[in-house]
Amino acid sequence: MASKGSAGLLNFFIFNSKYGAREGEEEKKVMFYFPEEADIDTKVKNIGLAEAIVQFTSTFSDLPCQSMHTQKSRQLYLEPEPGFWMAMTVSLPYKEKTKDGQPYVEYREDDVQDSVFAAVLDFAYRMFKLFNGTFEHILQRADGDVETLKQRLGHFYNKYLLTLKLSQCDLLDVFNGIHFLPLDKNTYLRIQCFINQLEAAFPTVKYTAFLYNDKLVWSGLEQEDMRTMYLYLTTSLFPSYNLQEHQGGSQPRRFMTGPPDLSDDKAIGKLPRVFVSTDTENEECYLLVYRAMSATICMLINVKCQLNVQLCRKLDAMLAPQMTKLASDIKEQHYQRAAPPSTTDPMFKYIYFNHMNLAQQTTVHLDLQKRAGINIPQEIMRLLGDINADLTRSNHDGETIVKTTSDFWVVGKKSDSREFYVVINQKNANLIEINEEVKRLCTSHLNSVFFLD
Amino acid sequence: MASGEDGQYYVELCKNPIRFEPVSKANNVFFDDANKQVFAVRARGAMGVVVKGPDEKSVATFRTDDKGDVVSIKFSPDKRVLAIQRMPRTVEYVNFNSDMTSEQQEYSHSCKGKADILGFVWTGVNELVYITGKGLEHYQLQPDKRTFKSLKSFSLDIKWYFWLSNSGFLLLSSGSAGNTLHPVQFKMGMMTRLPKFEVDLPAVPRPNKAQLHDRDVIMAIIYEYLYVIVLRHPPNAAQGAEIVMYQVQKEGAARKTDVLRLDMSGRFAINVVDNLVMVHHQASKTSVIFDIKLDGKFDGYARYHYPVMSPLPIKPFKLLLPSVNMQAGTDKTEFTCDLYSANWVVFQPDIVIDAKLGCLWTLRLNLVPIVTMLPDKVKLIQFLLNRGESKSVLLSVCRDMLIPGQQTSLPVISQVYDMLNQVYKAYLETEAHMMSVESSASPAASRSKVIIDQSDMFTHVFAVFEEHKDVPYKFMVAVLIEYIRSLNQFVIPVQHFLYELIINILVHNNCFYQLHQFLQYHVLGDSKPLACLMLSLESVYPPAHQLALDMLKRLQTANEEIIEVLLSKHQLLPALRFIRSVGIVDMVSSRKFLEAAQNTEDDLLFYTVFKFFEQRNQRLRGNPRFQPGEHCEEYMKKFEALFGAEAFMQVQVNM
Repeated sequence: MASKGSAGLLNFFIFNSKYGAREGEEEKKVMFYFPEEADIDTKVKNIGLAEAIVQFTSTFSDLPCQSMHTQKSRQLYLEPEPGFWMAMTVSLPYKEKTKDGQPYVEYREDDVQDSVFAAVLDFAYRMFKLFNGTFEHILQRADGDVETLKQRLGHFYNKYLLTLKLSQCDLLDVFNGIHFLPLDKNTYLRIQCFINQLEAAFPTVKYTAFLYNDKLVWSGLEQEDMRTMYLYLTTSLFPSYNLQEHQGGSQPRRFMTGPPDLSDDKAIGKLPRVFVSTDTENEECYLLVYRAMSATICMLINVKCQLNVQLCRKLDAMLAPQMTKLASDIKEQHYQRAAPPSTTDPMFKYIYFNHMNLAQQTTVHLDLQKRAGINIPQEIMRLLGDINADLTRSNHDGETIVKTTSDFWVVGKKSDSREFYVVINQKNANLIEINEEVKRLCTSHLNSVFFLD
Repeated sequence: MASGEDGQYYVELCKNPIRFEPVSKANNVFFDDANKQVFAVRARGAMGVVVKGPDEKSVATFRTDDKGDVVSIKFSPDKRVLAIQRMPRTVEYVNFNSDMTSEQQEYSHSCKGKADILGFVWTGVNELVYITGKGLEHYQLQPDKRTFKSLKSFSLDIKWYFWLSNSGFLLLSSGSAGNTLHPVQFKMGMMTRLPKFEVDLPAVPRPNKAQLHDRDVIMAIIYEYLYVIVLRHPPNAAQGAEIVMYQVQKEGAARKTDVLRLDMSGRFAINVVDNLVMVHHQASKTSVIFDIKLDGKFDGYARYHYPVMSPLPIKPFKLLLPSVNMQAGTDKTEFTCDLYSANWVVFQPDIVIDAKLGCLWTLRLNLVPIVTMLPDKVKLIQFLLNRGESKSVLLSVCRDMLIPGQQTSLPVISQVYDMLNQVYKAYLETEAHMMSVESSASPAASRSKVIIDQSDMFTHVFAVFEEHKDVPYKFMVAVLIEYIRSLNQFVIPVQHFLYELIINILVHNNCFYQLHQFLQYHVLGDSKPLACLMLSLESVYPPAHQLALDMLKRLQTANEEIIEVLLSKHQLLPALRFIRSVGIVDMVSSRKFLEAAQNTEDDLLFYTVFKFFEQRNQRLRGNPRFQPGEHCEEYMKKFEALFGAEAFMQVQVNM
């Protein structure tokens, strides 16, 4: 049996050359290194190599070096804050093969896409920033004590990196968009008014976001803050809450974060703090998340404000009836909406993304969080990633149509700031037919937006 | 506002009462509530009759012969016939000319029934009814011939009657206790009897048998329904009196629908002002008002109401009287009228007469003090919306709700806007209905209601945001969103200026992402002006460009604008693709495109655009050259200079 390997994380490190400028003090540059158990020589060597590469390449281009390709691995670089570099090394998938009776290993370089893993690295930083603030901010608060920063990094990334599923990363990670809930205007306005009333009645609630299932309805946060928080909510908080509720079986817990039991004045429960930059940079807030049926409301309360179980009880008294009503109304509306089967034509799958509002839609993935996988072959998914990389590079509106050897037609279109990818599995179709088909899809799915063909 | 003297009274008498000669031994006074005329009959008519009414036309002076005491005196609705009753079973008539001079000769007519006439009423211009102790007689009169034609009659033992002239309803009382009531309607010369009904009387200890007296019963139109309103005295003084309202049904007997709780006993007088039941209590010299449209407790049969506000006296009234010395005439003294006096007589719907003083007033409501008396804003708005002339008060209440320091909470604002828009919607619907039917039938009925529309809100209410800079923008946005939500809920199209206002607030506070989300969910409806507004925001918020284009596309009538936007952004190829996709290639101006192409200073692009239009020319006219009318000479020269004459498309010559 020939052995196989998939993309995996070899190492992940953060360094800042400023802290170990003198020879012999190289290890001071290390802010964080994964795997932790690697010996100091390996750490220093790998960091030295990465440092050398980014330094060296900077003489040729104004743009920083983004990645390095080797036979067996791929290394990606990111300088999220001046002087701080993050690097991540991913092993290439391989397969042992025999040729002329000789076994050899085939590394599949094309299976690891720069754009996808650059996005993974980028979000590794953003996620840290959401819960800890920027590196500089931590240093400032610790009066420049770099050990505090190192502790924070270690504390966060040692857990975070274990949750990465690199082999499942794809185009959706590049977009990292937000699924918006389609909703009629009246219900939307009611939600809006409800939030306004909440914020007026509880001025400590500074920002609010409203979700239904895993889809966003309203965000009082700025787009970038919301993007990261949305990722946290949908990939981490909600799944673990759902799991707990599933096991619990008792009365559902309404505060996802915060007090588990409103009658206990002392237990405020687990209450994450997040750093947002909506009003001011690095504003630290408690993230209080409340759920009623499938509707979720995230309330951000500045850490300077008093947050106790009493306040939560008051919030609950207002939220419980209104949220339940809204949730059941939304549910009913969606039930009616879903009545005619939306995918009458199972022949095609699509991904849509709008850079302007980060709205994304996919029928390629079985669920929004990609837990259940995709319903097109892996290589087609990768092809989508490649087309996206091409379209992104050219920076112009354009269209690419590809026919694969496996009889799939793959179409990628970009217009203004929107991207639309369609996968059609239709044998014996010709280019003209596919072009017509995609036009038809555009008119039916993107009717209300200005999308040129 | 409430501190001034004006602020303490919500009921007042009209400023200019009708003055007449006070009642005296030699002077009898009669009031006809149908024509609202006061008759001062001096010496039984021999010394003259002075008639005064609400307008000049209804003023008259004449003499009649002294033929005995006058029992009742009334003009016909057109004031051409005067009916005078002096004898128990006969009514006498005098014809009048159009200049209100009387003809000399009187003529008379007696009732058929073998009972005395309780009274008579004019049910039409030349049509009247005698109500006798034994029944009803309906006649048509021909004044020129001085003859009477019997129309219809019926017999009934009648105790007393009540006539509501403006709706042609007559209420007859019968039965031993007088509590069986028979409504009769007169319409276009026809008399229709409606089902009788009984008014339940309070149990009274024997031997006094309970009686329903005429002084305790009135009829009134309230909110377009006819009610029989009965004052029910308590069986003992410990309990308060109540007013029971019976709604007269189109079919079936009148139904007890509302009960007004007075919590007082003694002598009362009832008026109806602006659809409110106004009750005056003589002992306490106060009045209360009831609004049956405000929520009352419902016990399965009737709604129980309490006064809208606590009892208050009528605003003091000062009368300017000539000095004691009548001849001097010039000097006038101020005289404070005695309110709730024993000389007061009230008539429906809103008339108070002091016969001793010689004054006739109409009652009116002063809404301004009520604003502070009703702290519950929802109730206040509900109350004001049902009044006739409350628009300015309503607007100022809505306005005050937004002013810092006295801001009302959002849930209340939300409810208030829903109430305003419910009325607004009903009005729009009747308007639309009228337009389609094109009937001229009483548009006044719907107009009389108070409508607060979007421009009223914009100019009078939301204007506070401009004046009070300290209103937090969050509150402004929340209020506007509440209003827009409410409009949408009632399916009322939102007008552009509201969108503009909210966009300006969001933009000034850098809330672009919020604005983006509103547009994403179509909270702000598509329109060309809004699209243009968004385009203007592109420099501060780049995604506004995309939002604007999407909006123009959805409008489907803005192709020109889309082309302009694309060309201004040097997006020549997308513009060409766009005109092709919407099928207007043949219509667009080639010059506009070539000019834009030239401005890009991209020769290849210029070439492409030029070729595109050459092909169009070829297809349209069989010749690739531009026509002089297209003013493209400049670009042809430029093309030639760049690419040479041989680059032009060849003109094909047909052999």
